Amino acid sequence: MYEDMVTARYYEERLQEEYLEGKQPAFDISAGPIPGELHLAAGHEASGAGVCIHLRDDDTVTAPHRPHHVAIAKGVDLKRMTAEIFGRETGLGKGKGGHMHLFDPDVNFACSGIIAQGCPPAVGAALAAKKRNTDSVAVAFLGEGAIDQGGFLESLNFASVHDLPVVFVVEDNDWAISMPKERITDVEDGSRRAEGFDMHGARVDHDDACDVYEAAEEAVGRARDGNGPTLLEVQVHRRMGHFMGDAEGYRPDADVERHQARDSIERLAADLRGDGVDEADLEAIRSDAETRVDEAIEWAKEQPEPDPEAAHEDAFTNPPNGVTEEEPAIAAGDGGGDD
Amino acid sequence: MAQTQVSERELTMSRAMVEAVAHEMRENEEVFLMGEDVADYGGIFSSTDGLREEFGYDRVMDVPIAETSYIGAGVGAAQAGMRPIVELMFVDFFGVAMDQIYNNMAKNTYMSGGSVSVPMVLTTAVGGTYNDAAQHSQTLYGTFAHLPGMKVVVPSTAYDAKGLMHNAIRDDDPVVYMFHKRLMGLGWMPAPDGPKTGVPEEEYTIPFGVADVKREGADATVVTLGLHVHRALEAAEALAEDGIDAEVIDLRTLTPLDTETVLESVRKTGRLVVVDEDYRSYGVTGEIVATAAEDALADLEAVRRLALPDVPIPYSRPLENEVLPGADDIAAAVRDVQ
Repeated sequence: MYEDMVTARYYEERLQEEYLEGKQPAFDISAGPIPGELHLAAGHEASGAGVCIHLRDDDTVTAPHRPHHVAIAKGVDLKRMTAEIFGRETGLGKGKGGHMHLFDPDVNFACSGIIAQGCPPAVGAALAAKKRNTDSVAVAFLGEGAIDQGGFLESLNFASVHDLPVVFVVEDNDWAISMPKERITDVEDGSRRAEGFDMHGARVDHDDACDVYEAAEEAVGRARDGNGPTLLEVQVHRRMGHFMGDAEGYRPDADVERHQARDSIERLAADLRGDGVDEADLEAIRSDAETRVDEAIEWAKEQPEPDPEAAHEDAFTNPPNGVTEEEPAIAAGDGGGDD
Repeated sequence: MAQTQVSERELTMSRAMVEAVAHEMRENEEVFLMGEDVADYGGIFSSTDGLREEFGYDRVMDVPIAETSYIGAGVGAAQAGMRPIVELMFVDFFGVAMDQIYNNMAKNTYMSGGSVSVPMVLTTAVGGTYNDAAQHSQTLYGTFAHLPGMKVVVPSTAYDAKGLMHNAIRDDDPVVYMFHKRLMGLGWMPAPDGPKTGVPEEEYTIPFGVADVKREGADATVVTLGLHVHRALEAAEALAEDGIDAEVIDLRTLTPLDTETVLESVRKTGRLVVVDEDYRSYGVTGEIVATAAEDALADLEAVRRLALPDVPIPYSRPLENEVLPGADDIAAAVRDVQ
């Protein structure tokens, strides 16, 4: 978990540097080596790491628009993910998806950039697992800003009524872009929403990775053992704006300070030290993570941009060729009603 | 050119569809079906009639009335390698689930650079002619064909319905299979002559992107699809009595679109009438006319479009009749281009 968390944090620090290149002094979202929006997950690491540590490659994860920490914890190919974020040919999606739309079928990871809309496909993956009698599970990550979406609520119901092996992980960072949580819901403990669907609910009140680990172990185990879905809410902290370039004029300074004062990575490091782990070992983990991240970023930046012609490819797995000269296998007819 | 398929046995379009689904479900454990009222009820338009009896609730799943969750679950199951057939009861309800349809089902293959396939069939009922008003009568061919990443199928006969369904389920891409209620052979919604055809008992596929020339003719080309294939054929019979020989082309699939068959016909007749039950603006009629103008302009002498005027579909019988193209309207349009 510690390795995943420090990797995610450093990865995003490096992405931030790269992202801002060419965007200063005047912020131009399309300038610089990383185009488009960039949503960083600093402060969310404990949920990704604490949940995904219980998952195998054949378990499915869907992530929302803030996906990097989850992707790293799920084992998404770091180099190809980075190349995708840089829009390069060798990226996970050949430069067609970008940072909000990362797909790595090798580890069954997918994204949707639209709020709550990764929930139904996760339910579908769980449905497939149940139909195939495998013990793989699916996990949908979403933010607390997504809890009012029909896609989320419908998915809870569907998963519950069919006892599907799925875990919904709500990352509660208190902010739906600029909207504080208390203005979107009267339900402080979001896991209580599970009761309305007769499913298990659990909340981890702070982003202690070990607490997340335990809650997720139970939820994933429940799913894997065929005992149905869980709604797991994890309090996390959004240390950054909603997206890079967000001036956060809506956010009180005290809130920022409070969030900056809590850091799940530092807490986990302290716990590990308390358990007798050498500082040198922690440093070695951090150092290795930084090396891997730096290598991934350097590799990605060296990758070629896609051939513009490639924009016409990949809309279909079996591209329609239109009409060929060949006769169809069995020619159609008879249906006209004129015979 | 189409060949006549001889078969003694005639089926309604819904029976033909179901036969293909049942065959694929028997052959492949990964094929399953879900939607509202598809199990015990057999589909409101009999599109799944009898499947639950053979395959049980695990493979023919009734779902909550919550299109976002179950259509999205279809996407997830398809991405996991299964082959779900998911029914959206009326195409008019697409709005509540369009994010799953358009942003996931249709786009994930592209956004993943081709590494993710979504082998899913979304079946949906389309069409008016029975006074169900503006939220239950649309065809929306243009809406779905306009969105890249999905194949769009519109059968007009039982024979085509079966062959296209086999192909749709076997296709590795998302397919939207739009069946017209009026063609299904429902007891409570009589079909015109035509959709009930001979259907072989054995399996067969009809490839996508191959239009069918339902009637050959020299004087004008009528391009259409769905219910209006039959209305166009009725118009062609009336026109023949006046010595006007109309060719009727059934597009059968909108994506991929068989432009070659259309262009070949237009080059022969020089006159093009496009008939569509969908809205006129930015729709199938505009697409076909533009295609003809781009690639057969020199041969094109006259063009007419018949489609729904840009109004929601009205309830009252005389009002609905006014806006839906009828056989008389088609005949008049063909006469107009002579």
